[in-house]
Amino acid sequence: MKSMSTTSYINKRKVRGYKEFLMILPFMLLVLVFSYYPLYGWIYAFFDYKPPAPLSWDKFVGFKWFVSMVENKVKRAEILKVLRNTFAMSGISLIFSWFPMMIAVFLNEIKCKWFRKFVQTVTTLPNFISWILVYSIAYCIFNSTGVVNQVMISMGLTDTPILFLQSSSHMWFKMWLWLTWKNAGWAAIMYMAAIAGIDEELNEAARVDGASRMQIIWNITIPSILPTYFVLTMINLANFLSNGMEQYFVFQNAFNKDYIQVLDLYVYNLMSNGGYSLSTAISILKTVVSVILLVTTNGISKKIRGEGFI
Amino acid sequence: MDAIIYVVFSIFAFVCAYPFYYIFINTISANNLSERGKIVFLPQDIHWTNYTQVFKIPELFHAFEISLARTVLGTAITVITSAFLGYMFTRQTLWHRKLWFRMTAATMYFNAGIIPWFLTMRNLHLTNNFWVYILPLAISPFYIILCKTFVESVPRELEEAAEIDGAGTLTIFLKIILPVIKPILATVAIFTAVNQWNAFQDTLLLVTDSKLYTLQFLLYNYINQASSLKALVNSGSSGVNIAASLAHAQTATSIRMTVTMVVVVPILIVYPFFQRYFTKGIMIGAVKG
Repeated sequence: MKSMSTTSYINKRKVRGYKEFLMILPFMLLVLVFSYYPLYGWIYAFFDYKPPAPLSWDKFVGFKWFVSMVENKVKRAEILKVLRNTFAMSGISLIFSWFPMMIAVFLNEIKCKWFRKFVQTVTTLPNFISWILVYSIAYCIFNSTGVVNQVMISMGLTDTPILFLQSSSHMWFKMWLWLTWKNAGWAAIMYMAAIAGIDEELNEAARVDGASRMQIIWNITIPSILPTYFVLTMINLANFLSNGMEQYFVFQNAFNKDYIQVLDLYVYNLMSNGGYSLSTAISILKTVVSVILLVTTNGISKKIRGEGFI
Repeated sequence: MDAIIYVVFSIFAFVCAYPFYYIFINTISANNLSERGKIVFLPQDIHWTNYTQVFKIPELFHAFEISLARTVLGTAITVITSAFLGYMFTRQTLWHRKLWFRMTAATMYFNAGIIPWFLTMRNLHLTNNFWVYILPLAISPFYIILCKTFVESVPRELEEAAEIDGAGTLTIFLKIILPVIKPILATVAIFTAVNQWNAFQDTLLLVTDSKLYTLQFLLYNYINQASSLKALVNSGSSGVNIAASLAHAQTATSIRMTVTMVVVVPILIVYPFFQRYFTKGIMIGAVKG
């Protein structure tokens, strides 16, 4: 039998635990309200919901919206186009995902300390401005009186200003360029950290053995940051369908819509056109696929590295 | 090889920095020149009237206040909740500790979608409400995990000694944990502040009341609605400005660029000083994955 004092000690801890629960309760309610309660809104995907009117059961349509994505020809074509854009944008990012790693590798080769610091500071800065600002900057620089057109005209490369932002040509690549302008310097920092973690003795030994700079980069630096690259790539893969909408939203216009509309933006555009139910249905599918992707990539990571990233 | 590296990185740095410089020199140059794109490398006829004029536009100044308010208040609240929950989730005594932690952390990985989100906010009467900028962002699982990881690295003995002395949970948090985890809180604060300042989607989706517009949202409007900008220019020039020279009169370009500068300057100022906190944030994030 337990002694009295042990029992009272256990009771005391229990009471303390309840008290602590009461302290976090308000915060847990916030989590429930803002993260879980919205899931209830998924029922709108099974109704024919017209915004101002309240939801009533006679408008229940079951899987009509899900079926219409496949069966309705117009919608199917549109969704396929959106999927194509999503895959293209995410695919290009994925193909060039080694880019920040290379920035880090060669930045690390710069021996002049202040220059390295300067480059790092300047190139990471765009990561901290909003997409609105990026667009505003793009507008200032690429509109008809912007610096790019001015320079091109004065150099005789073109007679009339080129409307860079109002054309749909090379849209996917342009979006990748802006994304890279904003993120690459910042993404490189993570690799810089991994490089800083390399044992200096390893480099020293290689140098003594007469290894050239390229050989050291190829045989020591890159292999030691590959695990970081692997994890980041897995995370990118998990987010394959989620490009976010802000970048594409600010750059979209009537001319480039066919090539810029990614899934997240499409869902938003559907909403502003009143297609509440269909938009919700697509959101549901997207969430389900994203969770599956996350679990899969995490599983792959576990298999290969022995640990996941969740 | 060295030469190539220096050249390539100089170009890269130029591409990243020049746009900011370009817009800045245009805002302080003669407006009739900047409107025609004549300012490329050096400012001409330097003047600061664009900045003084832009702050005289009532809606702009108001938007500045809203952005500032959401940044300060939002950051304070997110920092407090992240620190507190980060600590509480390490408390072994907490009733069903793991369940609450998992419930919070899981929210990082799913999203109900834009429409359920909008409808939820409407049901909660948060649309067209200043608190929509604060409350939904109050609990941030990523920052909570950052804080939790940091608290776990603090020696347990500190906490246990205080407990034996009879200190309550809150006392331990305030007197022992909070002072020790200050470095990570700085990182959380700086990230939250930048996110709050840059936030745009919530205004776009949930706010139609122009009194609650943020700077980012106004800037977006200015870029896209030439008409509203024209009206602004005209209303500005009706009074004092009509006598002003062509070089100082506001143009659509000057307002657009000046507002861009006003929105970006806080970040330009804050960033170099706090760079190490940003960098630290990404490192810890990377370790945790």
